[in-house]
Amino acid sequence: MTPQIFFDAIMLGFEYSLLAMGVYITFRVLDLADLTVDGSFGFGMACSGVLTMAGQPYLGLIAGIAAGAAAGCVTGLLITKAKINPLLAGIVTMTGLYSVNIYVMGAPNVSLLNAVRCYDPLYQALGGDAGLLSVDGVKMAFIIAIVALAVAINAAFLHTETGLAMRAAGDNEEMSRASSINTNAMKVAGLALGNALTGLTGAILAQYQGFADLGSGTGMVIVGLASVIIGEVFGGWRSVTWGLCCAVAGSVVYRLIIQLALALNLLDANALKLVSAIIVAAFMAVPAVRQTFKDRKLRRDARSAMERLLAEDAAALAGATGEED
Amino acid sequence: MPETTPSAGRPLLEVRGLRKTFNPEGSLAHVALDGVDLAMRAGEYACIVGSNGAGKTTLFNAIAGSVIPDAGLIRIGGENVTFLPDYKRARKVSRVFQDPLKGTAPNLTVAENVSLAYGRSKRGSALKMAMRKEKRAFIAEALATLGFGLEDRMDVKVGSLSGGQRQAVTLLMATIGHPYLLLLDEHTAALDPHATERVLELTDRVATSPDIATLMITHDLEDALTHGTRTIVMHEGRIVADVSGEERAHMQVGDLLELFRTTAGTTLADDKVLLKA
Ligand SMILES: Nc1ncnc2c1ncn2[C@@H]1O[C@H](COP(=O)(O)OP(=O)(O)O)[C@@H](O)[C@H]1O
Ligand SMILES: [Mg+2]
Repeated sequence: MTPQIFFDAIMLGFEYSLLAMGVYITFRVLDLADLTVDGSFGFGMACSGVLTMAGQPYLGLIAGIAAGAAAGCVTGLLITKAKINPLLAGIVTMTGLYSVNIYVMGAPNVSLLNAVRCYDPLYQALGGDAGLLSVDGVKMAFIIAIVALAVAINAAFLHTETGLAMRAAGDNEEMSRASSINTNAMKVAGLALGNALTGLTGAILAQYQGFADLGSGTGMVIVGLASVIIGEVFGGWRSVTWGLCCAVAGSVVYRLIIQLALALNLLDANALKLVSAIIVAAFMAVPAVRQTFKDRKLRRDARSAMERLLAEDAAALAGATGEED
Repeated sequence: MPETTPSAGRPLLEVRGLRKTFNPEGSLAHVALDGVDLAMRAGEYACIVGSNGAGKTTLFNAIAGSVIPDAGLIRIGGENVTFLPDYKRARKVSRVFQDPLKGTAPNLTVAENVSLAYGRSKRGSALKMAMRKEKRAFIAEALATLGFGLEDRMDVKVGSLSGGQRQAVTLLMATIGHPYLLLLDEHTAALDPHATERVLELTDRVATSPDIATLMITHDLEDALTHGTRTIVMHEGRIVADVSGEERAHMQVGDLLELFRTTAGTTLADDKVLLKA
């Protein structure tokens, strides 16, 4: 176990924290379980891969955001205009994107190891190999800056009139419509925002890991959910700004947990998806389990109260028959 | 959409020949509105009573746009809104429902909820911060007028308030944007007697504003005669009686029951109806 693997895990956590924020927005703010995520992640990665190969890493990041937003809009329109069940709408978009992503990339995977990537100009500007920061250091600084910017922008947006309307649409749709909020437009916009963050994650990841791979979107929903939920377990429910920060922290903690389990040989790499699925299922079950225990205690208390009354009855009856004798 | 100000003399609400049948095709066909005509002027405050299923809520749904009628015309503030989607006429019509959970967003704060309602009368600020200083001050002042002490709890999530407090917030939200019409659908039915009294007292205060017309559905026949200026009786999708002025001033609950019996041809069948002794 070297410090390097923990450094890598933390960096990976920050990379995926954009995805976690996206899932936070669709899942917690809009109250929608959005399965577009797997597809929009791959879409962002594909766009970024192709543009980075062409020598345009920054355009690649912007294209990743746009691609994700477009995918979110499609799902949003399927939900609001075609009235398709949200889960199904997400699956429809995600499935369609599989083919789209192949067309965009032209191959199942492309290597970007020889291309200029988004952090390279910064690395060179800081002195390159002779500079103060290693490539990893620059990568870490770059991703933290992007994440901080994303948290700030999203937190600010969710406190604007439109952002407030979006939160209201997810919290009480009927009341929102009564406050002249076009809740359908809010859902489309929120799905676009959430998936834009997911697309950006894919775009960044392609450049950071040095390749774009069509298979890597699989299971991203669960990764995002796990991060959001871990964040909530530690951070609780407070404001949306806090929620976004917790999603970021959750993503980092999630990667550290997995890295630790791998390092201790508790886990082999093939088990990652299973472990993620179990984390999500277990944490999401917590409120229900807690309620069950509460109900049980209530019932136990009610039963003992009833038994006291029965005992009184029995005593009274015994007393009455005693007098008759 | 041009802003239409209601010209003097013209009613704020005009409903003509309104009809609605649910499930028209099937064997479950049910006529909920069977030709309703109703006009309300500014400053008018009417109570609606009627049996279960008389169509009271459906009438409100049609006026607010959550149900599109099969036939008829609805004008609000002089504008024909018959086919306008609900969120587009929400600036003109406000509703308060029986369920205190319905009218507010539980995970938003009191101030944020009120802000949403207030924001709807001000456009063109989509990316401005929702909680600006002057707006907070305005909201605090508005909350203080409720007399529920909510101005000190502005940043508390609405989900943690009591039913009466939530209905008070909902009433404020319903009127802060200066709508033409206020529709109250049994809005105190889920509250305890003390909260009911306070919310009704607040209702009377907001409903007597001269620029607004108020319709209140109630099960309390006593309330139906003592609150507002007019009492409307609905039965099987129609308005069967409509009393105001002198006639109403002398009416007792017994007279109202008798009026119902003679106009509807049956007795008032309402399992929730309240006959205060
Ligand atoms: N969306 C709907 N679909 C089918 N039937 C409905 C619907 N809404 C109301 N109804 C029926 O229309 C009738 C009138 O209902 P409603 O307006 O709620 O009555 P009220 O509020 O006077 O008790 C009832 O018989 C009700 O079952
Ligand atoms: Mg009703």
